[in-house]
Amino acid sequence: MSREYFRHQLRSLEKDLVDMGLKVIAAVRRSIEALKKLDKAEAERIIADDNLINHQRWDIENRCVQLFATQHPLASDLREVVSFMDLVTNLERMADHAKGIAALVVRHDQTPLLKPLIDIPRMSEIACTMIKNSLDAFISQDVALARATIDMDDEVDALHEQIFRELMTYMIEDPKAITRGVYLTWVSHNLERIADRATNICERIEFMVNGEINKG
Amino acid sequence: MNEISIETTALNLFYGDFQALTDVNLRIPARQVTAMIGPSGCGKSTLLRVFNRMNDLIEGCRVMGQVLIDGQDIYDEKSDLIALREKVGMVFQRPNPFPLSVFDNISFGLAVHRLASRKEYPEIVEKALRSVQLWDVLKDNLHQSALKLSLEQQQRLCIARVLPLRPKILLMDEPCSALDPIATLHIEDLMQELKKEYTIVIVTHNMQQAGRASDFTSFLYLGKVIETAETVNIFTKPTQPLTEQYISGSFG
Repeated sequence: MSREYFRHQLRSLEKDLVDMGLKVIAAVRRSIEALKKLDKAEAERIIADDNLINHQRWDIENRCVQLFATQHPLASDLREVVSFMDLVTNLERMADHAKGIAALVVRHDQTPLLKPLIDIPRMSEIACTMIKNSLDAFISQDVALARATIDMDDEVDALHEQIFRELMTYMIEDPKAITRGVYLTWVSHNLERIADRATNICERIEFMVNGEINKG
Repeated sequence: MNEISIETTALNLFYGDFQALTDVNLRIPARQVTAMIGPSGCGKSTLLRVFNRMNDLIEGCRVMGQVLIDGQDIYDEKSDLIALREKVGMVFQRPNPFPLSVFDNISFGLAVHRLASRKEYPEIVEKALRSVQLWDVLKDNLHQSALKLSLEQQQRLCIARVLPLRPKILLMDEPCSALDPIATLHIEDLMQELKKEYTIVIVTHNMQQAGRASDFTSFLYLGKVIETAETVNIFTKPTQPLTEQYISGSFG
């Protein structure tokens, strides 16, 4: 209640948001490790753990709704609470993409991966760095860091394009490789979407700090 | 279950033939802020005044039912009205300091109730002013007229004036309606401090204030309590259609 209560609630939301973000990064990294080893047991655990992230999302969103209802935030306070709701939605969707990768590991047959993973782990690390940067930029309200992070998305898109082309050649050469090739294409697609979601967060930071919406 | 400070059972109140409160059954938790909201004339101020028997002064006013404060029926014939007013302090809509000095405004109640010796007054005055965060501002001007203070300071002083009587309950009837938004937030912050020691019941027209400042909210309509719940629930998922309509601005 009142300003002190409101500020306290925002700090508490920040803490939980960062915690949720770290869980998402862990889910992405674990899903790629599970893919490398085709570790189906770990993939099942990642799928189960996604529920924790979903719960955290609803908890944060519910607390934001309560702040709207009881504290009536305005101006920068309003933008901050709106941003929290947007961020948790984006983080939750990233976790769904990590779950999607884990689900592909579960579906993969016992044959080895179509090719050794080189670019996919690189892509995963860039995406995870983007998530971490987006959280850092959100907490410190650092628009410059948010913008630099948005630029990293081009690198992820280029890697996705490259992986897609490479996998296409494998699949054209050998139709028996199509299923495994499609699975890896989907993995790459999931990572590309994760980076897009991190980009969304960075765009939201600009809105939170100065009220500008990037409509591009 | 929270400790209950005020409990009403089948409370009905009439002004002559007009029934102002109907079957009010309410439990107000101790050391929390409870807000009464509702459209003008719904009975919220009347209900607040029941809790320290201010309505006794109104001719033709009849109260039926039971009102327990700390387990004692305040409308019982043997009830001690002076003791009740010590226990239940009241802060009004417009700051109403006495036309006396800051110091005398606070010591006045001590003298009337003979609660302390004169030499104890300075210490008690300081403590009361500290509780409402006025001490640092006024400590060098304790003998200036209270009427020269800003409205916010006057309202703080009116709250401070109640505290030396060691009340358990503070009733506030629209305590911020004469104040600007910043002063309003300051008084709301003060309520959060005071609720550590006191049960606070506030009547407000301002739903935003009820949202910000209270733990529990009661919605009254036409003399009836329609719904009482934790404030977050009243403002996010009220269970009664009337509450929903009032909160969302459909009427009132």
